[in-house]
Amino acid sequence: MRYHPLSGADRADMLARVGVNHIDALFADAPQDKLLRAPLGLPNGVSELQAGRILGRLAARNLTASQAPFFLGAGAYKHHVPASVDHLIQRSEFLTSYTPYQPEISQGTLQYLFEFQTQVAALTGMEIANASMYDGSTATAEAVLMAHRITRRRKAVLSGGLHPHYADVVRTMSHMADDNVDVLPSDITAREDIISRITAETSCVIVQSPDVFGNLRDLEPIAKACHDHGALLIAVFTEAVSLGLVTPPGDMGADIVVGEGQSIGNGLNFGGPYVGLFATRSKYLRQMPGRLCGETVDGEGRRGFVLTLSTREQHIRREKATSNICTNSGLCALAFSIHMTLLGETGLRRLAEVNHANAALLADRLSLIDNVSVLNETFFNEFTIRVKGDAVLLVERLAGQGVLAGVPVARLAPGSGLDDLILVASTEINTDEDRETLARALDHLINGAA
Amino acid sequence: MNNQGRPTASSQAAQNDHQTFTGNRALQVEEPLIFETGRLDVTGVDIEAPAKVASRLGAFERKGSMGLPGLTEPEAMRHYVRLSQKNYSIDAGLYPLGSCTMKHNPRFNEAMARLPGFCDVHPLQPQSTVQGALELIDELSHWLLELTGMKAAAMSPKAGAHGEMCGMMAIRAALEARGEVASRKVVLVPDSAHGTNPATAAAIGFSVRAVPARSDGTVSVEAVKAALGPDVAAIMLTNPNTCGLFEPEIVEIAAAVHEAGAYFYCDGANFNAIVGKVRPGDLGVDAMHINLHKTFSTPHGGGGPGSGPVVLSERLAPFAPLPFIRKLDDGARVFVEHETEAQDAQPFGRLCAFHGQMGMFVRAFAYMISHGADGLKQASEDAVLNANYVRVGLRDLMSQPFGDKPCMHEALFDDEWLKGTGVTTLDFAKAMIDEGYHPMTMYFPLVVHGAMLIEPTESESRASLDLFIATLRDLAMAAKAGKTERFTGAPFHAPRSRLDETRAARAPVLRWVPPAPATNAEAAE
Repeated sequence: MRYHPLSGADRADMLARVGVNHIDALFADAPQDKLLRAPLGLPNGVSELQAGRILGRLAARNLTASQAPFFLGAGAYKHHVPASVDHLIQRSEFLTSYTPYQPEISQGTLQYLFEFQTQVAALTGMEIANASMYDGSTATAEAVLMAHRITRRRKAVLSGGLHPHYADVVRTMSHMADDNVDVLPSDITAREDIISRITAETSCVIVQSPDVFGNLRDLEPIAKACHDHGALLIAVFTEAVSLGLVTPPGDMGADIVVGEGQSIGNGLNFGGPYVGLFATRSKYLRQMPGRLCGETVDGEGRRGFVLTLSTREQHIRREKATSNICTNSGLCALAFSIHMTLLGETGLRRLAEVNHANAALLADRLSLIDNVSVLNETFFNEFTIRVKGDAVLLVERLAGQGVLAGVPVARLAPGSGLDDLILVASTEINTDEDRETLARALDHLINGAA
Repeated sequence: MNNQGRPTASSQAAQNDHQTFTGNRALQVEEPLIFETGRLDVTGVDIEAPAKVASRLGAFERKGSMGLPGLTEPEAMRHYVRLSQKNYSIDAGLYPLGSCTMKHNPRFNEAMARLPGFCDVHPLQPQSTVQGALELIDELSHWLLELTGMKAAAMSPKAGAHGEMCGMMAIRAALEARGEVASRKVVLVPDSAHGTNPATAAAIGFSVRAVPARSDGTVSVEAVKAALGPDVAAIMLTNPNTCGLFEPEIVEIAAAVHEAGAYFYCDGANFNAIVGKVRPGDLGVDAMHINLHKTFSTPHGGGGPGSGPVVLSERLAPFAPLPFIRKLDDGARVFVEHETEAQDAQPFGRLCAFHGQMGMFVRAFAYMISHGADGLKQASEDAVLNANYVRVGLRDLMSQPFGDKPCMHEALFDDEWLKGTGVTTLDFAKAMIDEGYHPMTMYFPLVVHGAMLIEPTESESRASLDLFIATLRDLAMAAKAGKTERFTGAPFHAPRSRLDETRAARAPVLRWVPPAPATNAEAAE
């Protein structure tokens, strides 16, 4: 086996050195009647060449985002990531190192985490950020738990503009912890009255902007209402590129900002791994979940970095920890940070402007189609269209024609009566030709036009 | 040259050394933060000009600078390559972190995960367009179930601790279905458990009752029985346990737990010791997470991403979370994503957006089919053999807390043998750094004083182990001979010497802030 350095002779010698006759003597504590005697119903190992054929065959059965005009978003976005990003994250010293528990030989990881934390805080307009969470949805659930700890209340209010998967994750966690959650109905056009739901029992209000339907939300009055009632505002985003052009939640009074960082530095990957971003105000530092990297000095006075404030964490605090998280998304955070470093704020702003312009061009083009209407007054790079007919079927038929048109709302929230809505995103990857192909295919399927 | 707030080395030792103008030492190059070298008007990405359109941002256009500088590509390459050179890695050397399974990460897996058919696919594309992805996940789950002897797999958990959460939520859902969720609020956790276990139980409203270990480092069925009662929901037990030992009474413990109406959660962090040798399902386990980033070789990446699928027994299978894969009569596969489509199943909810860590699934599956049933079994046997070889190579110099007996895939020592030497476990571990090794896991498990937990994995050759053993023997003899200068203050040859962790925690600096402009008085100095 190409990955096993021990030879048969090594094994025999080593067993003798250990003082046993057979490897199974080392498994003597296992119940002997449970040891597997017969081979498992699995094939034996294969060469790299053969394994490559098997995986290649599976990969070939998926339609990739690059093979089709592509307009899907809803929490995962296709952006161009410079080739240097993937090259750098595959450096052995980044890829095959563990969590930086030994800071003297982990300064590479620790320094990029410090830079990552700084970038995330600046992007979100907040004071501090942690060293990453699993993804945006789990970061949201952790933010709710953090708000419960801070306010000593246990009732969260969820906007109807929150990504339904995120709402489901919060709902699951709340149910399991016997906490309360007040989920508003789907709010397509950002008209919900969330402020009237805030009471003296509310721990936090969770609002996404751009919301899942693409609308930009005014967080300021919600933040004020939260603070008037002693509650916290948790702001969520699923498209990190939007922060290059849209007012950051920190400037609108959010207390905790969480989001999905996938769209900077990371590919679609069929849903994971992604990287959760988590930022807050300094005063809440000690209630924060996840790892934190901090600056210090070494024995000779040189600047260095360490994981710090670990007294919040599970390996020290055990059942009193702020979270059970251990492994997070280190390498995805590195990809995010490298891409962000390459962009700088100048590049990020420009990238965001291209996204916004492309989405605006698409919205204008789709608006021209009979029986298709764009529902948004505001958006960044994603918006909602209403179509005549069943959106799931329509998207499926468009895929059959080689167009990946968007995400039917019914895929995320079946039974909500929103069967004629599609979320459509356009990023810098889309060309005029892509837009025209989508518009014509849509027109043809809906109106039978040529 | 040192103009970035980095005081140059000032200790006596460093001054006697050959000082350099830059503070650099040949290949070890000091690297400032990007915020100290980048400029706000620089970008390393060329982007076409946006089309001119009417803004749809309403009143929400961002104003002002973010304070995020950019670097051109050559500058960025140099920055990150220099940072990488300050890290230890498996590719560079033996990484004996107990409980972490730092085995070789095959590059074939990386290549496969980057096939466009896997990495360039959106999680919400029509399911007809992603049948290969669904088949891979289904196949991976089949392998996991075969290897564990369990009934169902929940694939979405994002890491081991998330898998624990998943397993405990399934248990809670099962109790809810039995109408016992209010009466069973206690989870038994042995003292030696990973910190994630009690943290997980507490996060979903259980209280933790500790189960003491025996003097031999294992948990007795008597101790479990004494702790069991009608208020107990589950036990969380690691097997092989964190002392590197197979729990000898695990079958009896499982029976007692079931007898008492509770469930058996097994922490699968140490599964690498027993793959193909014994199946958790045959031992009576109800739920177990599998760290794909340990046992199945997906890279740790400096702290993630991981992946922690959970396998479930027949009792818990109906409560597996959304989404799960259903195979249709025509052979097609679909994700069941909503409770309304669950049919007979009673999913407890959703753990994360989308479907889990696809990138990790591809890598783990590439590892599995490359090894096959025979190779996986061999890997576990070699991992156990290597750990015992190290144990035997050191046992005359270092003390074993539970006597001289075989271990599983990791060898545990305590600090009894260091008594009176003036050297601590920490000192010993830091001296290993100077010898070119990453330290072992230290001070864990908590039940062992000054613990040193060594897990070499199956990836090490005999020659590598021999050198490692010889090095540790030399260090151990130096400690015993009173040569504390090799230990106190070590490491001496790393990019940094010991860092002041107290200072980091007392006045936390968690982000870069621009230096305050110099005042006139300072400028005059």
